Amino acid sequence: MSAVTLSNISKQFGSFTAVEPMSLDIPEGQFVTLLGPSGCGKTTTLRMIAGLLDPTGGEITIKGRRVNDLPIHKRNLGIVFQNYALFPHKTIADNVGFGLRYRNVSKEDAARRVREALELVQLPHVADRYPSALSGGQQQRIALARAIVIEPDVLLLDEPLSALDANLREDMRVELKKIQHRIGVTSIFVTHDQAEALAMSDQIVVMSDGRVEQVGPPEEVYNAPASEFVANFLGASNILPGQCTGRQNGTVVMDTPLFGTVPVPAEKAPNVPGAGAAKLVLRAEKLQLVPKGQADPDQISAEAVVETVDYQGQAVRYFVCSGDTQLQAINMIDTRPFAEGDSVSIQFRPRDCAALPGA
Amino acid sequence: MGWSLIRVWTLLVYLFMFLPIAVVVLLAFNANQFGSFPMTGLSLRWFDELFQNEAILRALRTSLTLGALTALISTTLGVLASLALVRYDIPFRNTISTILIAPILVPEVVLAVALLLFLQFLGIHKSFTLLLFGHVIFTLPFVILVVQARLVGIRRDVEEAAMSLGASPIQTFFTITLPLLTPAVAAGGLFAFTISFDDITDTLFWKPGGVETVPTQIFAMLRNSISPEINALGTLMILITAGLPLIGLAISRKLAMRRDRAG
Ligand SMILES: Nc1ncnc2c1ncn2[C@@H]1O[C@H](COP(=O)(O)OP(=O)(O)OP(=O)(O)O)[C@@H](O)[C@H]1O
Ligand SMILES: [Mg+2]
Repeated sequence: MSAVTLSNISKQFGSFTAVEPMSLDIPEGQFVTLLGPSGCGKTTTLRMIAGLLDPTGGEITIKGRRVNDLPIHKRNLGIVFQNYALFPHKTIADNVGFGLRYRNVSKEDAARRVREALELVQLPHVADRYPSALSGGQQQRIALARAIVIEPDVLLLDEPLSALDANLREDMRVELKKIQHRIGVTSIFVTHDQAEALAMSDQIVVMSDGRVEQVGPPEEVYNAPASEFVANFLGASNILPGQCTGRQNGTVVMDTPLFGTVPVPAEKAPNVPGAGAAKLVLRAEKLQLVPKGQADPDQISAEAVVETVDYQGQAVRYFVCSGDTQLQAINMIDTRPFAEGDSVSIQFRPRDCAALPGA
Repeated sequence: MGWSLIRVWTLLVYLFMFLPIAVVVLLAFNANQFGSFPMTGLSLRWFDELFQNEAILRALRTSLTLGALTALISTTLGVLASLALVRYDIPFRNTISTILIAPILVPEVVLAVALLLFLQFLGIHKSFTLLLFGHVIFTLPFVILVVQARLVGIRRDVEEAAMSLGASPIQTFFTITLPLLTPAVAAGGLFAFTISFDDITDTLFWKPGGVETVPTQIFAMLRNSISPEINALGTLMILITAGLPLIGLAISRKLAMRRDRAG
């Protein structure tokens, strides 16, 4: 059964459309991420599911029950906010136990569940402290404990990691996923960080300007982007104009001015028509620079000149020019990187490409 | 050179402000018949006489009742008004806010006369209830200003978290919002009490015949003679209006400290 179903929900603020009608089906136990740039409507969508905003249109069901008219305090949801939102005047134990006061739980049961929740987030020793005596990371764990101790039908998380510093963020990311997996709660996670989305999700919902651009598991969204926006939002991509000339052996044959004929795997070009204008999507990580003339004959290659070198430690980002086309390449390096002005060959494997319809 | 001049000047200003008060307090303990220097000895006889004086005791009771009721009603209305202004998207928010704050800006006498004329126009007679009503009007802005400032600082997501955990909006108000507002509510209440307790201008206009508050009672007594009893009464008033906020401050400090220590 679906844990959460959105049918054509939309939100208008006056004449401004924050979320265009969107539909989504979230199976029980899944970890779904709403991913998109700032202002694309992620928080608005999450707040509609939470019951903090009334949708302008459409229907929301949680565990098969229509909840449009159910106020937030009757929806049985756990929410984790970006700024923790702990109750500053209550101890950690009282914070975590807060939701149990509104459920039929005996005192002993409540105490036990609070203890278990604190153990789950690895902070059993802070029960008697006040939130102000905890670090940001600890506060966010408590916020998580408080949200899951009530055994919510759905866990909603709005950028819960973005107030933490970079290192802690990655640790928390792993731990959050582990806890979610352990208790199996259906989760909807909002972020604008593509790395977070790719690492944690069962499904990613990519949004832009209030529209859903693509829904799919991380590998699919990453490898077979459904739009130019998705291709560029999850990592960097080169989008090259071309023509589709037909299908052959499970590939869509693309003809591009720069690289000539490129056979793209059909599953990575699902929406490309049999013939007509199409675009080749070539991820920056899949485009490799080699010394001039040393291109692998099994790969597709072209000549180019290095324009900019952006050294990033274990990787380098190059901007190269081939003819009058500028391309971006991100290569791992273990020796000296190429320098600006070097003449190089650029190469890629056709199976690493994707294709999009349109000019 | 310049700095020491400023220091001397500051000292003089303070003397100018506080010397009269010190004199009143000092003379309240003077054993002499006449409320003036030189002092002939220390005694509590004026306080004693004060507590024998029926009129003064009645005025004190009236003032305390009036102050307490004003504080109670003002804080209740002030909290509700602040909630409406800060948390809800009500129409004409700015206009309403300005109107509620306006009594601070209007000169007291103008406000006093205006309300009096208005009551006369309506044909309503002066009464204790109307006096109370007037005090609520001019203490309300202080409460609203204090409570609003604090309410703006209470993050909305804390209340939203409480509701998501199953607390209804009313339960959320009493378990989360109100406790977090407590310092402001207490401060607002103390403000309202001391302002009401001190007030003479408005009270003179609005009080019904036969009802005296401490300030109007002192005012009436001064018309006859300067009795040392007035010094004692003044000292008592200083004690109440300065002491209450200090006690309030001490209590809130203590509460805050207990929380920190537990933390
Ligand atoms: N109460 C409101 N009134 C008017 N416009 C609003 C309101 N709330 C949000 N918006 C607008 O709706 C759009 C979507 O906002 P939303 O908060 O959902 O974005 P978001 O994807 O969560 O962005 P971010 O990553 O910055 O949090 C924005 O353009 C925002 O300005
Ligand atoms: Mg947001």
